[in-house]
Amino acid sequence: MLKRWRERITPTDVVMWFIGGTLLLLMFWGSTATLIEGRYTSHHWFDFLIFGLAQGSIYALIAMGYTMVYGTLRMINFAHSEVFMSGPYTAYFVAAAFYSSGFLDRQPILSLIFIFLVSMATSTLIAVLLERIAYRPLRTAPRLVPLITAIGASFFLQYTFRGLYGSGFQAYPVVKILEGEWMFGVFRILKFQAVVIVAAALLMTALYLFVQRTRMGKAIRAVSEDKEISSLMGIDIDRMIVTTFVIGGMAAGAAGVLYAVMFKQVHFFMGFIPGIKAFTAAVLGGIGNIPGAMLGGIFLGLVESIGPSLFLDGLGIVAPYQLKDAIAFIMLVLVLIFRPTGILGERLAIKKA
Amino acid sequence: MKRLSILLLVLTIATGLVGIMGSMASAQKVKTEFKVEDLIGVVKINPGESIHIAAWMVVAGPDASLGTDTKRGIEIAIEEKGRKILGFPIKLTVQDTGCNAEGGQAAATKLAADPTIIAAIGSSCSSEARPGAPILWKAGITTVSPSATSPDLTDPTKRGREFEGFLRTAHNDKVQGAIAAEFAWKQLKVKRAATIHDGSIYAEKLQAIFSETFKKWGGTITSQEAVAPTDTDMRPVLTKIATGKPEFIYYPVFIAAGGHITRQVKEVKGLEKAALMGADGIFSPDFYKAAGERAMGMYHSSPDFSAFGEGYKTFLEKHQKKYGEKPIAPFHAHAYDAAIMIFSAIEKVAKKGPDGTLYIGRKALKDALYATKNLKGLTGNLTCDQYGDCADPRIAIYITKAENIKKLEMPEKPFWTPYSGPAGQTPPKK
Repeated sequence: MLKRWRERITPTDVVMWFIGGTLLLLMFWGSTATLIEGRYTSHHWFDFLIFGLAQGSIYALIAMGYTMVYGTLRMINFAHSEVFMSGPYTAYFVAAAFYSSGFLDRQPILSLIFIFLVSMATSTLIAVLLERIAYRPLRTAPRLVPLITAIGASFFLQYTFRGLYGSGFQAYPVVKILEGEWMFGVFRILKFQAVVIVAAALLMTALYLFVQRTRMGKAIRAVSEDKEISSLMGIDIDRMIVTTFVIGGMAAGAAGVLYAVMFKQVHFFMGFIPGIKAFTAAVLGGIGNIPGAMLGGIFLGLVESIGPSLFLDGLGIVAPYQLKDAIAFIMLVLVLIFRPTGILGERLAIKKA
Repeated sequence: MKRLSILLLVLTIATGLVGIMGSMASAQKVKTEFKVEDLIGVVKINPGESIHIAAWMVVAGPDASLGTDTKRGIEIAIEEKGRKILGFPIKLTVQDTGCNAEGGQAAATKLAADPTIIAAIGSSCSSEARPGAPILWKAGITTVSPSATSPDLTDPTKRGREFEGFLRTAHNDKVQGAIAAEFAWKQLKVKRAATIHDGSIYAEKLQAIFSETFKKWGGTITSQEAVAPTDTDMRPVLTKIATGKPEFIYYPVFIAAGGHITRQVKEVKGLEKAALMGADGIFSPDFYKAAGERAMGMYHSSPDFSAFGEGYKTFLEKHQKKYGEKPIAPFHAHAYDAAIMIFSAIEKVAKKGPDGTLYIGRKALKDALYATKNLKGLTGNLTCDQYGDCADPRIAIYITKAENIKKLEMPEKPFWTPYSGPAGQTPPKK
């Protein structure tokens, strides 16, 4: 047993483990030093946690789109960040109209629902068009082809929206009922962050149940297992693939409005960074796996919010938030060293790769 | 045998080439009895062609207002000149730079490939100028920036020979950062301040000078944080800042990040009462759009419009008439000045041949720009020093009121100036 184990280990593994171990040690050292220094109170940590959760749930919603498309088509839909951008950018004009007519202040909930619907509808439309025009004709092509197409589609969409809505940015109006904060005992939580977290959690649960419990969800899972066998079983593959794009688009559109509620600024390039982060989250959680994408997103959000203070403050690094993205990607490296398929990932080596 | 024939062939071709080139050279010599020499190169403009000037500035993305504003300043300067220098029409090409190093490099590379360009105006942001200006200078193009304010660009210890072709009509942030600190200490009487920068040489240097001066006055800097220009969630970094309990936060960043910070700062416990201050990079109606009502009561350091020359009033009227709005960023007048500086330098060095062709020496043009002395501009009297600083810098502090945000207009009257205390008095003439 020990001998077989020793035969399987390569020098690369040892080096990787060494890197991983060093990083872990650094993290541990930094965290201990920060905690001993005692600069942050429990209130601060709670705030970091909530900020991270809110940001993370948006990543998680976008990551759903990446992971579902990967599950069925085995391709990374790099244009998904533009699917995310198109919804809230279009819905901005509805929001602005509501705001200037005073409807937003009189009927905030109704207008929010309407804004959500417009955003989700636009994102879904873009996602479906993308599938129909850019990906379906290439389904039998080698794998690299749709990947390059996705990047091209991403640029095309970005500059189309730049042409449509201008190259500047737009600012979402403030929704008054979402301003302010709620107190839970001694802890405080900003209203809109609570709404973002709850809304994202509800949506993700609904999507998860849809995929796990309904007939259609079952069909989608079957397609992602094996396309040929599923089609022999009478499953309409094209329809299932479109459905995954619809679901991904809806999640991205909803995430877009939540993003706009949290950060207010929308512009044609807004999808790029969240898209990259969500893709990272999907890989982190194990690409192709839906609960993995959710977990990866929230994990990434938390690391970005807590990480710089917790890991780097104690190491005496100045301006640690500059390194936020570096920490997020180091986390990805760490996870991939110890679990190459991601946190909840399936074993690709055996089945499909 | 075969080798020999190849050798022969090569030899014949070579001699042929030399012969052709020699005859071409002699032909040229015969043609141009009139000769303009320049160490770097001469731009020849035939009659009917135009004088090509390039602008490289940020005209798209969140900071588009910064570059659009300066572009308008140049356009008005061209119009006032009658669209002509020495009888040759002026042609303006605009290249977007995106307010980042990559964009500056790309734009400069594009412009450098065009041999018809005589001089350039730009860049908007200091981070664009750092990679871009050396590329342009390598191609012999001198550039005058209306708004790149980082001290490094004209610092004799940091500015290598590759920056020889870079001048600016914008102020040096050594002035701006120090005045911001003076204002915080003397006028607001705060003792504890925190700063945020975005890693650009503009923001980083500006906050460094602010911190240095603030400490000299006797204040405490609680933390100097940094974010990425594309970051959106500033609450974690603000929470970290809140642990130092600052009374004042200085964040001389750009519009996207500045808007996020301004919106989120009041949501962080412990920072509800902190005074906020930005710099000229976010002094724009677009910033009010990004920051919303939370920008109320915020301070900005920026060029002192009230100290501008007499021509500024007519300029504003022309601006209103041409574009239907007031200026959208602080550097339109600096751009106007950069343009007239270049025009007058061209007029000084351009030589007309007997056939009406205009010759402009690139090095001569650069030297003429550096020799600019007491040129009356909108921003004051321009006199360039040997490191490229040409401005007559007068910085003032502005405060944002509710009506500014409502109408999306920058405040026109300074709130405080270093030479006169609270505004209302006239600054001393230099």
